[in-house]
Amino acid sequence: MKILVCITHVPDTTSKIAFTDGDTQLNKAGLQFIIGPYDDYALARAVEIKEQTPETTVTALNVGTAETEQTIRKALAIGADDAIRIDAEPTDAFFVANQIAQIAKAENYDLILMGRESSDYNGGQVHGMVGEMLGIPSLSPVMKLDIEGNVAKLAREIEGGKEYLEATLPLVLGCQEPIAEWKIPNMRGIMSARTKPLKVVQPTDNSVMTTPGKYELPAARSGVKMIAADEAEKLIDLLRNEAKVI
Amino acid sequence: MSVLVFVEIADGEIRGSSLEAVAYGAEVAKIQGTTATAIVLGNEVSADQLAHIGNYGAAKVLNAADARLNHGVIQAYTDVIAQAFAQENSKTLVLAKSSLGDAVAARLAVRLQASLASNITELPQINGAFTVKRGVFTGKAFQTAELKSENKILAIKKGAISASPNDTLASVESFSPSFNEADFAVKITKTDKVTGELLLPEADRVVSGGRGLKGPENWGIILDLAHALTAATGCSKPVSDLDWRPHHEHVGQTGVKVSPTLYIAVGISGAIQHLAGVSSSKCIVVINKDADAPFFKAADYGIVGDAFEILPRLTKAVQNLK
Repeated sequence: MKILVCITHVPDTTSKIAFTDGDTQLNKAGLQFIIGPYDDYALARAVEIKEQTPETTVTALNVGTAETEQTIRKALAIGADDAIRIDAEPTDAFFVANQIAQIAKAENYDLILMGRESSDYNGGQVHGMVGEMLGIPSLSPVMKLDIEGNVAKLAREIEGGKEYLEATLPLVLGCQEPIAEWKIPNMRGIMSARTKPLKVVQPTDNSVMTTPGKYELPAARSGVKMIAADEAEKLIDLLRNEAKVI
Repeated sequence: MSVLVFVEIADGEIRGSSLEAVAYGAEVAKIQGTTATAIVLGNEVSADQLAHIGNYGAAKVLNAADARLNHGVIQAYTDVIAQAFAQENSKTLVLAKSSLGDAVAARLAVRLQASLASNITELPQINGAFTVKRGVFTGKAFQTAELKSENKILAIKKGAISASPNDTLASVESFSPSFNEADFAVKITKTDKVTGELLLPEADRVVSGGRGLKGPENWGIILDLAHALTAATGCSKPVSDLDWRPHHEHVGQTGVKVSPTLYIAVGISGAIQHLAGVSSSKCIVVINKDADAPFFKAADYGIVGDAFEILPRLTKAVQNLK
């Protein structure tokens, strides 16, 4: 089986976000970058499937500039066999999906996995777009995935519960917890990642559908009003008469 | 060229978030000098309920009343909505951001060669360019984006517009799309869903519990307060990881992002990942026995004290309001 795992290169979830260049660029100073947390679940499940299913290959793919290679190497250390970097800024979901679809058309993957959304743009669009571009089903957010022959049995989170589904491969899936446990690379993985193939390719089509503009930060809250525990009931009064939310 | 709005059904009811999308679509239509048309899939909703979508500003409701559409089959939905979009000569599709909405919107963006923006937090600016403001970095920032294609898809975040219903009814028309075999290639084998419970992503009030509650057996005080407030219940990541509460209640960066008018956090210290999921709430109340809990810095009201003692008193005070 051939699995493609698409990963994003995003600020660590604990990051404080700030902007530069007239609020048009993320201020990357002091930020740690990681594999997108949802993508990390997708990668972990792919590596598990590889461990269980003989002759499975896992390829990691990232659309990003040279700075993402450290993140891609981490995916190789976790267990991907090889990697592809498409050398471009991933500013538009359509653009990213198009790059992935072009690669996938040539390679015939059985499974294309990624996170349900990136933790920077949160669009949750790329998997659906890739599915439509390839004319195959796309499902998200997938929280359970088992492969039996050429059939995937999976569970998708819906508001207030889960939906269980069956579909024939190939498929594009947007993944989330608890599809697998995050894997931490071990020393052997880290050593072998250095020599695993990482191919850099140029984007094939530069069309975009959206143009990003300025960023802004949410308005700060005006400060907390503390209520003494022995007067807790006063909170309800304040919520009704001051905040007017109940 | 009406503005088309995809309206989702859950448990035989029109979703509240979709009614907001209708109100949003109606406003966009007004700016563009046209009207809004809603498209509803499946046969679970009565003609009377459909007509009431007009209360939120839709002039017309199309209903593809095929029982196979009672489940959110992503490819079939894509196909049906694309056909409605063509029939209505639409250039703009509006929908509420949701698990199904996101999945369908992405496929439609390719099918319709449309610019898609998700997480939109306010009405678009249309003056030559068509720009929207969307939430990015998981609630930590916003960004404007220009939608360049002629066709546009707007996936809106809860609270992007305040929807106030009137008495106008919409005309209801049946819509008969054509299907192809691939539409139903994915089989839904089972659905596991709580019923009769408020859905967290669209609840106006949320009461969440964290590890400070010490165990799942203590959730009664959270449920009681939520019940008194007609609120949905949520939890922190550790609580869902420990299986004290189901995963769909996990609020935060890698869980559900909520934007209620009132968010009450009990025994949650306020890790930045949790704050990211709640930062767009209008009013945040934090109850924690640790006065140094970082969550107090992001709150509007705070009480330092023992939740087991305070929550029952709050529940009683809410009940006394009625």
